[in-house]
Amino acid sequence: MTASRLATGGSAIDRSRPVRFSFDGATVDGFAGDTIASALLANDVAVVGRSFKYHRPRGIWGAGVEEPNALIDIDGASPNTRATTEPAREGLVAKSVNATPNALADRNAFLDRFSRFIPAAFYYKTFMWPDWHMFEPRIRAMAGLGEVDRSWVSSGPADQVNHHCDVLVVGAGPAGLAAAKLAAGAGLSVTLVDDQREPGGSLGYRDGEIDGKPAATWIEETLAALAAGGHLILPSTTAFGIYDHNLVGLNQRHFDGRRDTLWRVRPGKIVLATGAIERPLPFANNDLPGILSADAALSYLRRHAVLAGRRIVVATNNDSAYEVAAAVIEAGADVTVVDIRRDGMPAAPAKMKLVKGRTLASAIGRLRVEAVTLDDGSRLDADCVLVSGGWTPTIHLFGQAKGKLAWSEARAAFLPGDPVDGIAVAGAAAGAVSLSEVFTSAEKAVAAPGAQVPAAPRSTGPEATGGISAAWPKPGSKGRVWIDYQNDVTVKDVELAARENFVSVEHLKRYTTLGMATDQGKTSNLPGLALMAGITGRTVPEIGTTTYRPPFTPVPLASFAGGRVGQSMAPVRRLPLESAHRESGAVFQEYGGWLRPAHYGGRDADADRTIQDEARRARQSVALFDGSTLGKIEVIGPKAAEFVDFLYYNTMSTLKPGRCRYGFMLSENGVVFDDGVLVRLDEHRFVVSCSSSHVAAVHARLEEWRQDRFGCGAVYIHNATSQMATLTVSGPNARKLLETVGLGLSLADADLPHMAIGHGGYGGNEIRIARVSFTGDRSYEISIRADRAEPLWAHLREAGKAFDAVLIGLEALMILRAEKGFIVIGKDTDGTTLPHDLGSEGPRAKRQTEYVGRRSLFTEQASRGDRLQLVGLTVPQGEAPLPTGAHGIKRSDGRLRSQGFVTSSYESPTLGRPIALGLMECGAARHGETIEMQHLGKLRTATIAAPCAYDPAGERLNA
Amino acid sequence: MQLFPCPFCGPRDETEFHYGGDAGNTRPDGGDVPIDRWANYLYLRSNPKGTAREIWVHMNCGEFFVMERDTLTHKILSSAELGGEHA
Repeated sequence: MTASRLATGGSAIDRSRPVRFSFDGATVDGFAGDTIASALLANDVAVVGRSFKYHRPRGIWGAGVEEPNALIDIDGASPNTRATTEPAREGLVAKSVNATPNALADRNAFLDRFSRFIPAAFYYKTFMWPDWHMFEPRIRAMAGLGEVDRSWVSSGPADQVNHHCDVLVVGAGPAGLAAAKLAAGAGLSVTLVDDQREPGGSLGYRDGEIDGKPAATWIEETLAALAAGGHLILPSTTAFGIYDHNLVGLNQRHFDGRRDTLWRVRPGKIVLATGAIERPLPFANNDLPGILSADAALSYLRRHAVLAGRRIVVATNNDSAYEVAAAVIEAGADVTVVDIRRDGMPAAPAKMKLVKGRTLASAIGRLRVEAVTLDDGSRLDADCVLVSGGWTPTIHLFGQAKGKLAWSEARAAFLPGDPVDGIAVAGAAAGAVSLSEVFTSAEKAVAAPGAQVPAAPRSTGPEATGGISAAWPKPGSKGRVWIDYQNDVTVKDVELAARENFVSVEHLKRYTTLGMATDQGKTSNLPGLALMAGITGRTVPEIGTTTYRPPFTPVPLASFAGGRVGQSMAPVRRLPLESAHRESGAVFQEYGGWLRPAHYGGRDADADRTIQDEARRARQSVALFDGSTLGKIEVIGPKAAEFVDFLYYNTMSTLKPGRCRYGFMLSENGVVFDDGVLVRLDEHRFVVSCSSSHVAAVHARLEEWRQDRFGCGAVYIHNATSQMATLTVSGPNARKLLETVGLGLSLADADLPHMAIGHGGYGGNEIRIARVSFTGDRSYEISIRADRAEPLWAHLREAGKAFDAVLIGLEALMILRAEKGFIVIGKDTDGTTLPHDLGSEGPRAKRQTEYVGRRSLFTEQASRGDRLQLVGLTVPQGEAPLPTGAHGIKRSDGRLRSQGFVTSSYESPTLGRPIALGLMECGAARHGETIEMQHLGKLRTATIAAPCAYDPAGERLNA
Repeated sequence: MQLFPCPFCGPRDETEFHYGGDAGNTRPDGGDVPIDRWANYLYLRSNPKGTAREIWVHMNCGEFFVMERDTLTHKILSSAELGGEHA
C-alpha cells in the first residue's frame, strides 16, 4: 500500500456522498468532489495510461489542465479527457488510452524495448519507400491516444453565448480573486472564470492568511461579495484563446449531460491571473508512475485527503517544495528532500531528512517507482517521488495576444514583457511568489487612470519565497530522461535534433514533436528549449519560445460549431410554393442554394424517364414552371439608365419602357459574370433579372458601382427577389391557357409581343407578365406577391388540365434551354469566357460608351484567334449523349491535346437524339467539322454544330 | 475576431464585412486606356506592411466605406463614408 486516503480532511470532498465508477473494468470508490485522478490515487492505481509512442506505463503527474499522462476515455464519448479535471461521477465508465487490453497489461509494451531503434523522426526516415501511406494505418493504430466512438450520438447542439463586461478576470486564484474584488469595488462589471470546479486556485491548498482570515474564509467571502454585486462567476470554464481585438473564447463545462458552452467575451479589460505550472526535473526514468508534481501532491492531500505515498522523496531546486514536504510529513509520510542547492534553502521542518547539493540520477522500478539513485551513486528507497523543477508562468494567453516575453534569470522563467493594450497580468503568471506580491500585482492590474480602486487585500500569514537554482536537462545525460511525457520526447531526441541541425525552436518542435501533444507542452516546452540552449551554447532567451496559439486546452468541435450543425450549417432557401410542389409529388434538389423541384414524381430509377417525359410534353402543349428564384433587382432613379448601360455589356438605355432585353454583365477582366433579361418598367426604373444562384453577387456588384461611381442620389437599388413569386407558363398553348385564367390584360401578340411586359391583376393583386423565354417556346413569366402566389398557381394547374399541361422541374428546363443553345453561366462558361466567345460581338465592335470590363475585351489575349467558343455538338446516330466534361482532342506529333470540352449534354426527347453544348477552339468557324472526343481514356467522335439545335429560326416563340 | 467600425452601424464583428480592395485605386475609363494602366488597376495591389487604406463593405447594411488599419498590429485607425473614393 502506498497512496491512500486519509481518515480525515479534504476540503473538496464530501464523505457523506460516496461515488463508485469503473476504470479499465475495475471498481473505483471515491467521494463527491473527487476528480477521477484523485479517486484513482486514493485507490492506489499507479498506472493510468500508456505513452503515445513507446507504450511506457504512466501515472498521474499533475492536478490540473497541465496533466500530460492521465488521459482517459469517458463513457466512450470524450476521448483524451484529462483525469485531473474530470469529476468522479457515479456509474461513469473510464478507460485508459493507447493501451490494449488495459493500462496495466498493455500488449504493445514491447515497443519500449525497441525504443533506441525508433528515435525522433524514425518514421519519416524509415517508411519513405515506396510510400508512407502504405505504413501509416498500422503505425497510427499502434501509436496515438484516445479513440472516437463512432456510434456516439450528440445530445444536441452546444450553446454559444456572446458576453460583454468591463473586466474579465481569467483565473480565480489569489491574484484573480483580488483583481475581481478590486475591479468590482471600483464600480466595474466583472466576469471571473476559472478552469477548476472550485475557485481558489493555489489558495485552496497552500498556506495563507489574508486580512487576518484563513484563506478558505477569504475565498468564500470574496466570491459571495462578487455574486451579491451581480458579477458573473464561471467555474469549470477555460479561457482557451485571446483573438484579434481582445475577443476571449471561453469553454464552459457542465458535467450534467449538457454540451459545453462556448462564450465569446468582449471585455473592456482582461486580467490574466492564470498562475504558474510546476515543471518536472530531469533524471533517468523520470516518467515512472509514482512520480508526481510536488504541487499536485499538496493539492491532492489538502483538497482530497489523498496522501501520494508513505516513503516519499521530494526532489527540488526551489523553495516551493518545502511547504509540500512539511505537509506530507504532517500527514504521516517519511520524507527525504533532495535539493540541488547547497545553501539558501528555507528552514527545514522537523523530521525532514535533507540531502543538499544533490540531484536525482535515476528512478528505479518497473510499473511504479521503487527507489531513486542520486548523482553520488547512493540509493534511496521510495514509493513516491514528488518533483518540483520550478515554475513556468502560464503566459499562453498573453503570448496569443502577441505579448512579448521577457526572460527572468531570478525566476528561471519567461515572464510577460512589454504590456499589451487592454491586457494586464497578475499573480504567479507575472512572476509574483508571495501573497503580498500577488496582491500588489493584482492592484496594479486593475489600476486605471481615474479609477477609484479600493485598498488591496493584505497577506497576514507566512509568506512563500521564490528561491530557485535552475536545473535544466543536460546533454549527455545517462539513461532515458523524459522531457515531453505525452509525446515521448527524451533528452536524446533533442540531442538528435541538434545533431541534424534542427536547432531553431520551431524546427525542434516539429522534428521531435516536443510540445505538440494535447497538453501542448505545458510541462515540457521550457525544459526542452533550455536543453537546446545548453546543447548549442546559447542562452534560453536566445532560443526563444514557439508561437503561442489557441486553444490553451482542447476544446470540443461541438463548442465551436454551436447551432451551426445539420441543416443550420448552410440553410437552403425555400420556394414560397414548396408545399404545393410537394403535393404535386415534386422531387427536390438543391440548386445554387435553393431547394427546387428537380422533377415531379418518378423517384430514383424513374427519374430520367420522368425528366424526358416532362421535356417532351413541354414542347407539345404547355408547361408550368416555378421560376421564383430568378433574380428581381430593381434599379430606380434619375441615372438608372446610365447606370444599367455601365453595368451591362449591351446598350440598355435605348430600351423602351415596357420592353425587355437580354444581356451580359461582365467582370472588369471582361469575363462573363452573369446573363439575364433587363426589364424597363418606365423611364427611370429597371428590373435586373439575373441567374438564381447569382442574385446576392449581382446585387453586391450593383451596390458597389452605385456607391462608388454614381452616388446615392442618382440610383437606388432594391432586391425584390424573395418578395415576388414568378410562375412561368411556356409552350404552344401557353396563351390559350392564360386566357382562360383571366389576368386582367390583353395577351394578344400586338399588345404583348415577345420581349415585352404587361401589367394585370389576379385576385386583387397586381401582377407583372414578362414575355421572355428560356425554353424557346412562347412563354409568359407571371410575377406576383410571393404570399399571394398559391391561388394563382392552383388556378394555372387546374386550367392546365384542359390543355394536358405538364409541371416541369429544373432538369427538364435544362434540356429545353440546351436544345435552344441557351447557356447557363458557370456551366457553359468558365473563368475565361468573354462575351464574343459566346457569339455576342456587337457591343464589343460598336459600343462607344463605357461599361464594366470594356478595356479587357481588347487585350492581346481577348483577340486571339484560337479562343474557346460556344458550339453545339452532335454524335453519330444511335450513340449515347457525350459525357459532360469530355474533351475534344487534337493529335500533333502523336500526342493528344485538348481543344475544348463539353459543358452541357442531354438526350433530347423532342429531337430524338443527344444534344450537347461545349467550348471549342475557333468553334464558331468549324460548324460541320467532325472531331475526336476523349473521356476517361475512351475515344469517340462528335460533329461541331451551331449551339441552337431546335427551331433555329425562333418561330415557336410566336407559335 | 476583429471589430470593424462601420460608419453607419458602429463596431461589428469582422465576419459581417467583405473586403473591397485598396482605396484610391481609381478606375481608368475608356477603350484605349494604356494596357499597363489597366493592368495596374485590375491586378496590382500595394499590400503594405503597416498602415493600409482599404474599401470594405458591411454586408448587413450594404454600405461601402473606407477603413484605415494597420495590417501588422490589426489596429483600426479610422473608418469613414465613401465620399467619392473608388473601390
